[in-house]
Amino acid sequence: MTTYLQLAGLFASLSLLSIGGGNAVLPEMHLQVVRGHHWMTDSQFADIFSISQTAPGPSILIVTLVGYGAGLRVGGVPGAILGGVIATVAMIVPAASLMYAVTLFWHKAQKSKWRIAVERGFAPLTVGLIIATSLVMSRAADHDWRAYLLTAICTAIFVFTKTNPLIVVFAAGVLGYFGIV
Amino acid sequence: MSEVDPPRESEIDPPREKVSLYELAWTFNHIALASFGGGLSAWSREVLVVEKQWMGEAEFLSAMTMCRILPGANQVNMAVFAGSKIRGLPGALAALFGLCLLPVVLIMVAGFFYFRFKEMPAVKGVLHGASAGAVALTLAMVIQTGRKCLTAMVPVLLFAAAFILNGLLRWPLPVVLAILAPISLFWAWPRERAV
Repeated sequence: MTTYLQLAGLFASLSLLSIGGGNAVLPEMHLQVVRGHHWMTDSQFADIFSISQTAPGPSILIVTLVGYGAGLRVGGVPGAILGGVIATVAMIVPAASLMYAVTLFWHKAQKSKWRIAVERGFAPLTVGLIIATSLVMSRAADHDWRAYLLTAICTAIFVFTKTNPLIVVFAAGVLGYFGIV
Repeated sequence: MSEVDPPRESEIDPPREKVSLYELAWTFNHIALASFGGGLSAWSREVLVVEKQWMGEAEFLSAMTMCRILPGANQVNMAVFAGSKIRGLPGALAALFGLCLLPVVLIMVAGFFYFRFKEMPAVKGVLHGASAGAVALTLAMVIQTGRKCLTAMVPVLLFAAAFILNGLLRWPLPVVLAILAPISLFWAWPRERAV
């Protein structure tokens, strides 16, 4: 029971902090999930990050897997499913409600100084938070120089070509399977 | 940043025929599944602007910015925006439901297999390799969005400060935002051109 309340509380607050998308709160989520609550290990967190990045749907679905993992410890598979649902709902509802409220006012605020300042000022902040995410995830996955090199190559592929990311991530997984990274 | 004239209230046409809640949910389900491997924003544009013509290009872009700066996943926010524009609150709920239901089921199935077989060396190897690719996907997004907004001294400093405080020093996000958000807003606040 406590685990479920902790899941709901943690993700409901992370939901409202996830400015710039779910990836911006990953460092904080990592801190709470791995070091705070000990729901999973560093490498498990990195694993579910990879799974959630590749799977279809919104990128924040990593929280479904955190909830699943935390629930699995207290209630087996049914507990895991309950944990996954609680975490997902807690992560989506607060931010979506705020978004709904703002949408109602947005069209009236075309020339508002707030809107202009927010659009322009928060962009660099968001980019900084997202690159922090990349670093935290590389460290959590215990990457060595070969993995960093692979990351650099994949990044170049994503930036300079229109290759389907799934193919690239799959290829990286194959390299991992053969122990090359 | 290019100057796009915001559409006046009268130019925001309501969609011609009433879109059913089912069609909304189905459309967002389609967007979510097409994005297997990422690229959800690109797919949203393709479907919402090009195929269904539920919103115009400029409206989509400004909505995208709003989705980025408000808390929540961009795609979830876009579903709320598009859904509520078309059918109000029920529309927003239908779009959200369509976007999330199947992906949540799929990821739980993936989670089931992961937590059952995670100790197998082969699974560990694959995921270790895949994580390098997943980080690359995030980095590519940084490069693509960074090119557009890191064009002057102040934004570069804000970017670097956010990265160092949150990524290297691991300060909690609320603290980082409490320090940097007011500075960003102050810098970006529109002023009369005095100089």
